[in-house]
Formats: sequence, structure tokens, C-alpha cells
Amino acid sequence: MNGGQDLGGMHGLGSVAIEPSEPVFHHPWERRAFALTVAMGATGSWNIDMARSAREDRPPHEYLADSYYEKWLFGLERLLVERDLVDADELTGGTPSRAPSPGVRRLAAANVDETLARGAPTLRATMDVARFVPGDHVRARTVNPTTHTRLPRYVRGHVGVVERAHGCHVFPDASAHGLGEQPSHLYTVVFAGTEVWGADADPTVTVSIDAWEPYLEAAP
Amino acid sequence: MHDHDHDHDHDHDHGHGHGHDDGSDLSAEQVRVRALESILIAKGYVDPTALDRLIETYETEVGPHNGARVVARAWTDPLYRERLLTDATAAIGELGYVGRQGEHMVAVENTAAVHNLVVCTLCSCYPWPVLGLPPVWYKSAPYRARAVAEPRAMLHELGVDLAPTTAIRVWDSTAEVRYLVLPSRPAGTDGWTEEDLATLVTRDAMIGVGLVNTP
Repeated sequence: MNGGQDLGGMHGLGSVAIEPSEPVFHHPWERRAFALTVAMGATGSWNIDMARSAREDRPPHEYLADSYYEKWLFGLERLLVERDLVDADELTGGTPSRAPSPGVRRLAAANVDETLARGAPTLRATMDVARFVPGDHVRARTVNPTTHTRLPRYVRGHVGVVERAHGCHVFPDASAHGLGEQPSHLYTVVFAGTEVWGADADPTVTVSIDAWEPYLEAAP
Repeated sequence: MHDHDHDHDHDHDHGHGHGHDDGSDLSAEQVRVRALESILIAKGYVDPTALDRLIETYETEVGPHNGARVVARAWTDPLYRERLLTDATAAIGELGYVGRQGEHMVAVENTAAVHNLVVCTLCSCYPWPVLGLPPVWYKSAPYRARAVAEPRAMLHELGVDLAPTTAIRVWDSTAEVRYLVLPSRPAGTDGWTEEDLATLVTRDAMIGVGLVNTP
């Protein structure tokens, strides 16, 4: 979706402020919001694409107004209610009004290190033949899906060059919506800054995205 | 539970964090997160000691010192550098840094000709095992907007002035591949040990928004 999360090239957002010696968390509640999000993610109740979609699928001004961990909280609360794990009134009150939903695999403290070390690799073995190889010219498709996508607007319609092939990875546009993993070939595609931003752009800049094959079409 | 977190969140969080209606010092975010944690524990969905362990891991164990060790090893061991540039996931794994948000790593090397810069315009993708959790500016709208569109001007504002002949290559982390910048080894460090070299490697240099320290 063309939401508030798709920020590449947006103007008027101000300068970048790097905080010296920045702490990992700025407020105690951020620690808990972070840990709750990771712990619930580990229960298998949803995948990372569903989590991203839950944070992003909202009015852009609301997305942009929230601080980072407020975005995470919004997404977590939404998933809990949508998956029927918690009722809206339980969220605000903090006390249960009905029995827990079955099938939630609680992350035990003893399993945290192992779970983090395992991560969630998205590379999948498939027999699919890659349509593109490094060196190929490709165009990012001109599309405007109203559903979750990881194809940023700023490259759509533009021609780049395939630089690396990463094998088949879980396709977020499908995975975010419960349509299965649909593993697709993933490529690093490099665009000239002038191709994306116009003739006035810095000619020494190139920008790459990682693009799944469905985002791309052959270009002459 | 009362953990004395009188940190006045509302000073920083857009002014909608006031939660003083009940006469307490709790911000709206604190109230919201406490209720959330309470219900998830009551339902049996989360183990509070698991939460503590998650926080401890990223607050005290995993951080840019991991990445600094990778970079220093690459500077001192040409074969390791080669492995890092061809299969970063395995090379970084040799040092014990694996897993969440680093499942598919790529290392990109700065040279006199090319400076690499890493961003995630769509969210906050960042190589946790080598850099820890991302700083606020990395996740912020200005960085995500400008890194891809006007990186040289942005870097100048951040105090990094590249030679005009140095090309800038921006890596937008749109998938689950995570990028680590391998900065150039500073002059005047001949004979330095890996441990001493690691002290020169900054987090920002491994993202591309800063330079390594010089001896």
C-alpha cells in the first residue's frame, strides 16, 4: 500500500539528528513494548510480514505521528485483537474477561537465546528457475497495490540492473495476507540516482533495493 | 509494581503522552504497556522472565561491539575479509553472531571509489546480531526519506564530507537481507592488534553515516 511507511524521497521531514551516546531504550515502557512484541512474535501467531502490515496499514498521518515503539504497540494490539487472542476491553483494563485462546506457544525464558540464535530465515529451496541473472536490465513494475508490498514507490517504473541474486525468499506481498509463503527469487537491483530522481540528481549516486521477481519485468 | 520510571515521557513523545488523570506519574504509554503486559501474562501468552531476558540481551550483550570485531578481523586477516565479502552470514557466524535480523547478511566494502550507506526506507531493517537494535535516527522519517534521495547532502550535515570523486552507493534494505558496511582501515594503524583496531570502529561507520575513528 502507498502508506506512510513508504518514505523514500519524501520532502519536508527535517534534518537527521544523531543523538550522541544514545541509550538502547529511552523509557522503561519501550523496553517492555519491545520485549512483548518479540515474545508474541515468537508464539507463531503471525509472521513478520503480517506484523509489518499491521503497523503500516493505517492513515499516514497517524503512522508518522507515532514514535517508533508506539508503532510497534499499535501493531501488536491490533494483531492480538484481530487474531482473537485478547479483547479490546481486556487490552485497556489489563485483566482477563475470558479464557485464553488455545494454541499460543509461549516463549519460555530458557528458550530465548536459542530462539534468537535461530532467527527466522526466509530463504527457501525451490525448483523455480530464476528469470533474471546479474547484469540483466529490469524495470520495477508500475503498480499500486492497496495490500502489503515491499516495493517502494520511488523505484516504480524505473529501470535498473540486477547486481546480485539471493535465491528464493518468502514473498511478503502474499505472506502478509495469509496466502502462504510463495517463495520468489530475490535480487539486488541497482538504479542510477538520475534514473530515479531525475537529471538534476547527483550523478555519483546509485541506489539499490532488494526486489522479488514479481516486482520486476525485463527491460531492453 | 512501581519501578520509579519518572522519566516524563511526555517531554519527548509528541505531547499526547499525558496520563496524569489518576494523579499518578505514569505517562499514557506506561499505562498502555502495563495493561498490555498484564493481560498477556494473565492469559499465559508471555513469560515475564522471557521478557527480561530479551531486554537484557539487547541492552547489555548484543551491540556494535560485535560488528567492530567483525570489521577488525577483516582488517587483519585477508582470508577472513574474503570470506566476509563472499558469504557474510557464515563469516559473521564464525565469531558467534547469528540469528534474528541477521539471517541473511551481506558485507559491503568502502573504497576510495565507493562509499556505502545503508537504510531501510520502508521500516527499520537493521543487522541486529552485529549492531544491536537500531538507533532512533535510523528509524526516523527524515533518515528514511533523505538517505536514498540526497545522501551526499545528508552526510555533509552529519559531518561526513566525501571526496566529490567518491561515488555513493545506497542500500535500501527492502527484504530480509541485512547489510554491514566494511569501512576502510585508517592509516597509521600498522601492527595494531585486532582488539585495538576494534576500538576505532564506530556504529555509524558500519552503517555508512560516519567514519571510523583515527588513531
